[in-house]
Amino acid sequence: MWDLCTNSLDTAKLRGASYADVRVMHLRQRDLTTKNGQVGTLAQSESIGLGIRVLVNGAWGFSSTDRLTRDGVAACAAQAVSIAKASALAKRSDVVMAAEDAYVDSWQGPFRKDPFEIPLETQLELLLAADTAMRGVKGVTLTETGMQFRKIDSWFASSIGSRIHQRKVISGCGIAATSFQSEEIQKRSYPNSFGGQHALQGYELVDSLELSKHAPRIAEEAAALHSAAQCPEKTGTVILGASQLGLQIHESIGHPIELDRVLGQEANFAGTSFLTLDKLNNLRYASDIVNVVADARLDHGPGLGTFAYDDEGVPAQCTDIIKDGEFRGYLSNRETAHLVGLQRSSGTMRTESWNRLPIIRMTNISLLPGPWSFHDLIADTDDGILMETNRSWSIDDRRYQFQFSTEIGWEIKGGKKGRMLKNPSYSGITTEFWNSCDAICSFDQWTLWGTPNCGKGQPMQTMGTGHGASPARFRNVRIGTAFSNQ
Amino acid sequence: MKRRSQRRATVAPAFRPPSSALLTERELRRIIDTVLRLAKTTGAAETEVHVDEISDALTRFANNAIHQNVAEHGLTVSIRTVVDGRTARATTNRVDEDSLRATIEASLSLAHSQPKDPRLLPLPGRQRYRKVNRFAKPTAALTPEDRARAVRRACDLAIKNGQVAAGIFSSGQNQMAMGNSSDLFASYRGTHAEFSITMQEGSAASWAKANSANIRDFDPQKLAARASEKAHLATNARELAPGRYTVILEPAAVLDLVGFLFYDFAATALEDKRSCLNDRMGTQLFGKNISISDDVYHSFQLGAPFDGEGLPRQRVLLVDRGVPKNLVYARNAAKRARKQPTGHGFALPNEYGEAPMNLVFSGGDSSLEKMIASTDRGLLVTRLWYIREVDPYEKVMTGMTRDGFFLVENGRVTSAIRNFRFNQSLIEMLRNVELLGPAVHATGEEAFEMVVPAMKVRDFHFSEVTKF
Repeated sequence: MWDLCTNSLDTAKLRGASYADVRVMHLRQRDLTTKNGQVGTLAQSESIGLGIRVLVNGAWGFSSTDRLTRDGVAACAAQAVSIAKASALAKRSDVVMAAEDAYVDSWQGPFRKDPFEIPLETQLELLLAADTAMRGVKGVTLTETGMQFRKIDSWFASSIGSRIHQRKVISGCGIAATSFQSEEIQKRSYPNSFGGQHALQGYELVDSLELSKHAPRIAEEAAALHSAAQCPEKTGTVILGASQLGLQIHESIGHPIELDRVLGQEANFAGTSFLTLDKLNNLRYASDIVNVVADARLDHGPGLGTFAYDDEGVPAQCTDIIKDGEFRGYLSNRETAHLVGLQRSSGTMRTESWNRLPIIRMTNISLLPGPWSFHDLIADTDDGILMETNRSWSIDDRRYQFQFSTEIGWEIKGGKKGRMLKNPSYSGITTEFWNSCDAICSFDQWTLWGTPNCGKGQPMQTMGTGHGASPARFRNVRIGTAFSNQ
Repeated sequence: MKRRSQRRATVAPAFRPPSSALLTERELRRIIDTVLRLAKTTGAAETEVHVDEISDALTRFANNAIHQNVAEHGLTVSIRTVVDGRTARATTNRVDEDSLRATIEASLSLAHSQPKDPRLLPLPGRQRYRKVNRFAKPTAALTPEDRARAVRRACDLAIKNGQVAAGIFSSGQNQMAMGNSSDLFASYRGTHAEFSITMQEGSAASWAKANSANIRDFDPQKLAARASEKAHLATNARELAPGRYTVILEPAAVLDLVGFLFYDFAATALEDKRSCLNDRMGTQLFGKNISISDDVYHSFQLGAPFDGEGLPRQRVLLVDRGVPKNLVYARNAAKRARKQPTGHGFALPNEYGEAPMNLVFSGGDSSLEKMIASTDRGLLVTRLWYIREVDPYEKVMTGMTRDGFFLVENGRVTSAIRNFRFNQSLIEMLRNVELLGPAVHATGEEAFEMVVPAMKVRDFHFSEVTKF
């Protein structure tokens, strides 16, 4: 692989590139699903190719190819140079990149059990057992289970001399029960929606989640939701379960801090951000108990945003995003770092595959745990609603106004968890919401959730991001708006 | 990682210029024939092969300059084997014989790992397809310089008008071929070009977008001019109270909403009881002015005339004057329902069955201008954003307005307004359509392209307002 990298870099330099970086990536994926006790998808795929990014005349070009021959990658590099020259026809200024050292390294993410080495029969047996357990519950009309595994090898080389090989193994699994009754569809998922939990782990993740053990419970909840009371429409106290809070972080903190959005580079598609440059170190983003970091280091945990180097060859870092409630940092790359006064990229350039240009992406954007036990948090709440497991999510294109609904809610009265509520939802304005946070649970309730389906960029790229969260309480929140006035 | 040997037999040319030329149909057939030949020696009872190839390029601009500019070429070979009543799929992007053989073996290994599927059908045999012509040489011939010059002109317009432009100009070609061990062969080749632009003036913005198989079907400069004009109109937005309003939805806004309905017309979705049409087929669900077909042969449509199983796509009348009349069926769903398959199946194995992918709404004879002129008080919506399903049975969707939201009073646009969040049932919306424009090829960001009209809709529900 290094020969292919060297060959394409040499071609780019010969043709006038002042800087170039290249990625060869080999991606392997396995997908298994069941539905109503039958195998649904059973598929495996692999893809290998090379993508090269070049800077010529102060402008970028990128090209990719699956023709991994000496001629093929040289032609690809030459095409990237041609494209960069065309880019220069419509440039306003030359690209300036923050300095970075060259690294020669090899890194492998942590996994104990290679999921591709576990017999398929074992994997399907587990899914079918969970499926059977859900179908045994009266009122359940649809059962779904799934596992997804990925193994990604990437070889990164750049014209400043970096040579970095990384291997990641990613696992994910989940189950869901749906119930259609009385003109209403209700659904429960475990351990999360979007296919469950996903992490930079091997098959040990699947083992740890005990899908069959939780299957009857979520099936019973799906059926019981039909007779539950409707979530009221009011302004009040909300306690968000950790997985829902993970998505809240993703949408209302993770996206607005992407510096490419802030600078207008995503204005046509993903949108911009309310976090204009004047707000850095000058905005009370949240209450003073809120601390949020962007942490790609393995020390933070095996998240979907964990790596040793980003796809620009910058080492993984931990950046303060919100410190004691104050807005402290953006996600940057080598091109944008200087615009916020940084000497160095925060290391967040990531690419979906060999045929996509790396762009600024969330790594693990996590809310640090607080001091509360979950029991004490409930006991301390006189009147509120506990909302768990995301059902729908939406936020405006500058990341101010959001609305989320969850699969299930629970009334909290007099410090006790009470009756089940159906169709819970809440909405608000990002900074008002985060400033209303008055309690965060401790590390024993904290999970590094994986969001596997974050879409951004044109052409669209899907990326996995990590979000550590524990349950937290928010005051004076608008509740029930999604179902108001229907 | 084992290095790929240069001496292995290959079934595709080892090197071609990167310009974008796709393989010939004969070369695609050679890949398929090679897989079918190899599969015979590995014990597969039946084999199906899909070959997909793309050559795409996209020029992206922001802050009145190109900031990303990319090209890609890719070819994948996806192989489904059937053995002893079991089936599975494996996919690779390597076309040497060793890799193809390994992919066949991976597919067989996956297939062997599962219980028998008593519902598995034999592969379909040879089919006849209607021809569609969706390959335009002017699109295939577009160069990075062509795109850069068009972007430059759009950015120059923005600068002249004191605005900031962002967007994309993309073009490319793609082809797919499929064959199976029962002598089926199908192929399709198409081109696509797209221009999308957001013009920003201060904190206001507006947007225009078009795409087509043929670049000559739209003019990037006209789109830039339209976005620029509307961005200027969008300045000085005032805040209104949320509530129920008459709305005039431009085609892109209609598309992005009704795009969430397409899967509800899948027979498998009704069988699974996750469709909003469960217990509602044959009822007057929508207004009598709503008729919807799925029609890949419509002149405004794009895509191949066959489905993932190789069956010819048929035109299906889904909604007739407000009454859901028909569903689409993959072969397996059709057998269970004792219907004929309609050519809308996804590639097997999958758990979703099928879906109509080429929706065509019947239009009307109104126009945006007439809709505005006929409105005493209402809102004009350019585009919607981040639409998600809140209630799957009542089909309540939430989302935001974006990039050009205007107040209409006494038959004219009077001011820009701050964006709203909506929570609106699509079923109710399609009961409340007062006027329809002609159906056009619309393109948005939340749904794939369809043929839909602009609509004037009463009592559209906005629940909250944002800060811009």
